[in-house]
Amino acid sequence: MMNMNNKKVSYNANNIGLILLKLRTFIALFIILGFFSFTVDGFLAPTSVIIMIKHISINAFLALGITFVIITAGIDLSIGATLGFCGMVAGYLISKGLVIAPLGIAIFPSVWVVVPVVIIIGGLIGALNGLIITRYNVAPFICTLGTMYIIRGAAMLLSGGETFPALQGNPELGNTGFDIIGAGHFLGLPIAIWLMFIMAGIIAYIAKKLPFGRHVYAIGDNEKAAELSGIKVNNVKVWVYTIAGLCAGVAGLVVTSQLVASHPATGTAFEMNAIAAVVLGGTSLAGGRGTISGTLIGAFVIGILADGLVMMGVSEFWQMVIKGLVIIVAVIIDQMQNKLQYKAAISSQKLAS
Amino acid sequence: MAVENEDVILKAENISMVFPGTKALDQVDYQVYRGAVNVIIGENGAGKSTLMKIISGVQQPSEGQLYLKGEAINITSPRFAAQCGIGMVHQELNLSENLTVAENIFLGREKQTGLAPIDNQSQNQITKEAMARLKQDIDPTELVANLKVGQKQLVEIAKSLVGNVDILILDEPTSALSKKEVKILFDVINDLTEQGVSIVYISHRLEELMEIGQYITILRDGKFQSEALVEDIDVAWIVREMLGSEPVTNFLKPDRSFGDVVLQAKGITQINEAEVKVVDDVSFSLRAGEVVGIYGLMGAGRTELFECLLGKATYTGEFSLSDNIISGKTSTPERIKMGIGMVPEDRKKTGIFPISSVSNNLTMSSLWKRLKGFVIAESEEKESVAQAINELSIKVSSPQVEIQALSGGNQQKVVIGRSLLTGPKVLLLDEPTRGIDVGAKGDVFEMMVKLSEQGIGILFSTSDLKEIMAVSDRILVMSNGKMTADVLRSEADESSLVFASAQGF
Repeated sequence: MMNMNNKKVSYNANNIGLILLKLRTFIALFIILGFFSFTVDGFLAPTSVIIMIKHISINAFLALGITFVIITAGIDLSIGATLGFCGMVAGYLISKGLVIAPLGIAIFPSVWVVVPVVIIIGGLIGALNGLIITRYNVAPFICTLGTMYIIRGAAMLLSGGETFPALQGNPELGNTGFDIIGAGHFLGLPIAIWLMFIMAGIIAYIAKKLPFGRHVYAIGDNEKAAELSGIKVNNVKVWVYTIAGLCAGVAGLVVTSQLVASHPATGTAFEMNAIAAVVLGGTSLAGGRGTISGTLIGAFVIGILADGLVMMGVSEFWQMVIKGLVIIVAVIIDQMQNKLQYKAAISSQKLAS
Repeated sequence: MAVENEDVILKAENISMVFPGTKALDQVDYQVYRGAVNVIIGENGAGKSTLMKIISGVQQPSEGQLYLKGEAINITSPRFAAQCGIGMVHQELNLSENLTVAENIFLGREKQTGLAPIDNQSQNQITKEAMARLKQDIDPTELVANLKVGQKQLVEIAKSLVGNVDILILDEPTSALSKKEVKILFDVINDLTEQGVSIVYISHRLEELMEIGQYITILRDGKFQSEALVEDIDVAWIVREMLGSEPVTNFLKPDRSFGDVVLQAKGITQINEAEVKVVDDVSFSLRAGEVVGIYGLMGAGRTELFECLLGKATYTGEFSLSDNIISGKTSTPERIKMGIGMVPEDRKKTGIFPISSVSNNLTMSSLWKRLKGFVIAESEEKESVAQAINELSIKVSSPQVEIQALSGGNQQKVVIGRSLLTGPKVLLLDEPTRGIDVGAKGDVFEMMVKLSEQGIGILFSTSDLKEIMAVSDRILVMSNGKMTADVLRSEADESSLVFASAQGF
């Protein structure tokens, strides 16, 4: 009798520990929020909160897109470059138009054309990554490292390294309105924030409700078993990278529109922040484990930490050190969670049989 | 059939080995005779490898004592075993392909001191001498990657020879060799015994044992069964001693009836990258409700045949499923939708999704069956998961538990359940009882029989004679990629199956 009681108690303690661990990113978010609201005056004022979320949204677009890639145990280093390239394409189309040299004319597409074209270009870049990785069996790290350089170079080539300025468009050419994406509001909130939540909703829906989502997790968990279960592994992988590219395209549009200018170096090293957000959100780089809501919270933690430290006046160098520490601690806790989760499963299994 | 011979080099007395839940060895006495080929044989799980691991220092026995040349000895590590002159060549080759022959042979014991460079010259010299002993003309500086499989096997043996070996344990050394290479290996073994080396030889190929062996020891269910001089016995005797005389359990009811042919294979041939025919002109048929077992040794081509069936390999020949011809280009997902279910051999590597829930593991193959538009119908999914868990009596506290927390037998049931949820006409099970305990084995067999009674054609493979006799309506035997027998269970006996499993060479 004593024995049984003991067992139950330790099992419950395990359980509470596990719940705390599972909610750790959430807890971390509240701790950070609490800390900064004490130390920084007006940290939680609506205007500064909205500005912060706007900053976060850029990283969130990338992080949401790359979550599926990481769940399949892949990686995409090219999303920062894709963001930059997509921004440059938007800038080019608006400021220079489609030049048809033989006729000596340039067509200026309206914003309604520019936006989908740019997003599709992002998707195509992602699909190309996926095709190279699956068709030629190239490690995702290497493949996307290569495409990162290629795309960044291509972005530079588009303008010769120059910035495309003043992308408000020209009323005479009928291509105005691009700046609304970055500056516009809907129901009192910036459009970028709406976009972030819509994108998170769509991707979470795919993850939870569609067979595609299940297949993504299955591939990350055990690729060979996935193949034998009749999952079209290569197709799924190509789509996963395509989604990462599409999201990077959206991010490129938002950044460019916010700046009302496009510079070819925009988005350099953004992929690292995105990966950090995904990992902070509890997605395992080994694949098979992760959630979309986790990624979103991860992006918030990183973003608030960055902005909060700036507002506190902490030096940029210390910011880097702190960000690095947070990431490493997060991964160590993640390992602890996996172990505890396994233990809890085993003990509940023992009770069952 | 006792053997009278005093010249025992190694003696094991009362060896027991207890693992959590099982007793792998139970008071086994074993002796190795000097300068002879000592054959050891038994069914899978009889305890051969455990005994060899104890002798070569990989594991320590729970009980019992080893005597080397008459003196009690505790072999605490493979390194110490090597110092005592005991070397083991494992079934899988343990060579680094990117290093040279000499570098492989001296791996971990390089001729080098302090910061001085490795003495390649003397390493190569010693390697050359070892190769000469094996009558092989292999350059010590050749990369292992450039050698043939047979030569690699000999390099493994050379590794032991360099350490001045008295007792050489060979674990299924011929499983990857061609007939010609086997001949070379046998010559080498004969030379070695003449040089005074005692050989312990493990193999499933009985005719090989009859050819090379001098003494034979048989283990059964972790116990010593018998010992004899090979010249005194025949294959039928070995089979009898290996399996015991008690009748095998039969899971099949008498008077089983079958439906039409559901699966037909005609002239299936698969040629691998090394241009070897791993499946060689195999034809067979399977009727609805029939349980057909494929018996064969490792490397007989059973797994490869299943890969062809599932469309995972390129092959020539033709399958048809209930009169629908499956073309060679039909993809795996399409075949699954057509009604072929597969339970793969290596559950950990290719069966389960370890960190996914039992529920997701069960439904992964059949999501297409439960769609509302594009969306997974959750209530329907929950229902079929609950039903599968119930029908297959999977012991799990909740369907949301990660599958890796389950026991091997329960994991296997989940993998079988995954195939069943696709509604298969034919269920393929590749070594379905590998790595699960005896009780769970019985469950899996009963499940196979139950499914066949529902009209599913069952095709399974095993390298265990008892298993094949326990649940097959009909038995196919494969050997070296060829189909060498197709007999009804009622007309089959163990020795003829063993003969057939060695006929393909």
